[in-house]
Amino acid sequence: MTTRAINLRIGAFLVIVLSAVALLSLVWTPYDHTMLSVTEKFRPTSAAHWLGTDQLGRDVLSLLMAASVNSLAVAFIAVGVGGAIGTALGLTASACGGWVETAIMRLADLGFAFPALLFAIMLAAAFGPSLSNAILAIAFINVPIFARVARGAANQIWTRDYVLAGRAAGASQFSLTVEHVLPNISAALIVQATIEFAVAILAEAALSYLGLGAQPPMPSWGRMLNEAQTLMYLAPQLAIYPGLCIIAAVLGFGLLGDGLRDVSDPRLARGRA
Amino acid sequence: MQVFLLRRTLGFLATILAISVIVFLVMNVLPGDPSVTILGIDSTEDARAALRAQLGLDDPIWLRYLHWIWGAVRGDFGTSYFFRVPVSDLILERLPLTLSLAAFGTLATVTLGILLGVIAAANHGRAGDWLIMLVSQLGIAVPAFWLSMLLVLLFAVKLRWLPPGGFPGWDDPVAALRSLILPTTALALVQSAVLARVTRSSALEVMRLDFVRTARASGMTRGRILGRHILPNALVPIVTIVGMQVAGVVTGTIVIENVFYLPGLGRLVFQSIANRDLFTVQALVVLFAAIVVTTNFLVDIAYVLIDPRLKGRLS
Repeated sequence: MTTRAINLRIGAFLVIVLSAVALLSLVWTPYDHTMLSVTEKFRPTSAAHWLGTDQLGRDVLSLLMAASVNSLAVAFIAVGVGGAIGTALGLTASACGGWVETAIMRLADLGFAFPALLFAIMLAAAFGPSLSNAILAIAFINVPIFARVARGAANQIWTRDYVLAGRAAGASQFSLTVEHVLPNISAALIVQATIEFAVAILAEAALSYLGLGAQPPMPSWGRMLNEAQTLMYLAPQLAIYPGLCIIAAVLGFGLLGDGLRDVSDPRLARGRA
Repeated sequence: MQVFLLRRTLGFLATILAISVIVFLVMNVLPGDPSVTILGIDSTEDARAALRAQLGLDDPIWLRYLHWIWGAVRGDFGTSYFFRVPVSDLILERLPLTLSLAAFGTLATVTLGILLGVIAAANHGRAGDWLIMLVSQLGIAVPAFWLSMLLVLLFAVKLRWLPPGGFPGWDDPVAALRSLILPTTALALVQSAVLARVTRSSALEVMRLDFVRTARASGMTRGRILGRHILPNALVPIVTIVGMQVAGVVTGTIVIENVFYLPGLGRLVFQSIANRDLFTVQALVVLFAAIVVTTNFLVDIAYVLIDPRLKGRLS
């Protein structure tokens, strides 16, 4: 088995486990994650509370499970919306060519000047911090990324013979794009989306940690770490588990994306780490 | 060559200008009335009107932009509504700390990343390579703020070797540098992971080439081959990644300053959000974005310097 196959398998395993836990938490968690208990504060690991309880007596495992839904949902919405807009722009650039293409790609270059954190800071200052602003910021950074990937991949498809044949048959640029170009670049888009999923999960965690994302009482790994930081002398274990969850999720999607890329385009795998 | 430089410089200036327009629009047009944002929703209409007049908010938007950008060009970003001092003073006061952290972070990132990448490439396929690749894969997935917390837990809480956060000021340089050790480490460990991977694959590509085999056959030592032949030729992708990582280092310092309670620009921007200090946030966002764009510009110029083939093509 090559290392690439290992990447794909570990990534797929982590993503499947994470998704299963997130789905499970929608119908069942060991305890109600919003349930507070003054008598059960800072409990260590036990048979009743597998990962102990936090400063408000909430069950840590239940909180982590509930937060996984938040992470996945944010990544899904942000990458979905940003990816769709970016892909549409990239396809338009590729189909139109000329000054339209130049203009769109220049705009995309401009987008790269704003890391997600800067954009989130701007939105938080203007509208106040909220999870939807964090999602908007993460979606925004995905637009130029997908515009570039879609345009680059689409430009190659436009030179193919079957596109030429379609054009000779009188198909419009729009129908060529929808019927021939988009299906043939979907593999590249799916690979990119998987990798951006990992980036989005990391970004959501960082924004929530900084107070620009999920607001109380919404459970979020990043926010749990923020709360744990002030309690580090008292209960260091609270700072460990959410971090491990973030790593597992980011690693899972990252490895899956790398693995999918190697499978879908073996030429890219040569010499790459 | 001159044409290339001129075109790139013009493009760079246009980008900076575009950024200032975008930031100004997002912060001034979308949210409605900034006087409500600053004073809060329970403020009286009279107070809002007075503030709007004071800040010139009743002028048309393009005029306000021109006022702002003309001031910014001369280093005047307006007055902080919360601190009641010029924004530029606030920035200058905190800039040395943020720049030091960014500089140390970049230096440590580049050193560590290239070193690990070269070691991995030199031991290609062996245990050392495997280990470095495993660690760097993990490094890409680790949030910098969480790594910071673990470092604090180990070196400040358990071992008590280093301070857990805060900054004593530059009057005591030793204490100041000591308080920057953990933040720099956290920044560099995360950022160098990507760099190590790119350095490794770039070095491996070059190692396969004929001139490396020739050098080896001529009896050159491994270190000499590495320093003289492999690294200079592997540099272009490495510089690209270093340039791209500056965005990571900039956002990294913002996050890290907040983890370690360092009073730099990253702390300032979060205080300003909490204080509804719009002018300060606006200036800082433009400043951070400008740093990212400037670095990318410098990287583009650096390509030509490290790859003489490009110079020939451009002239």
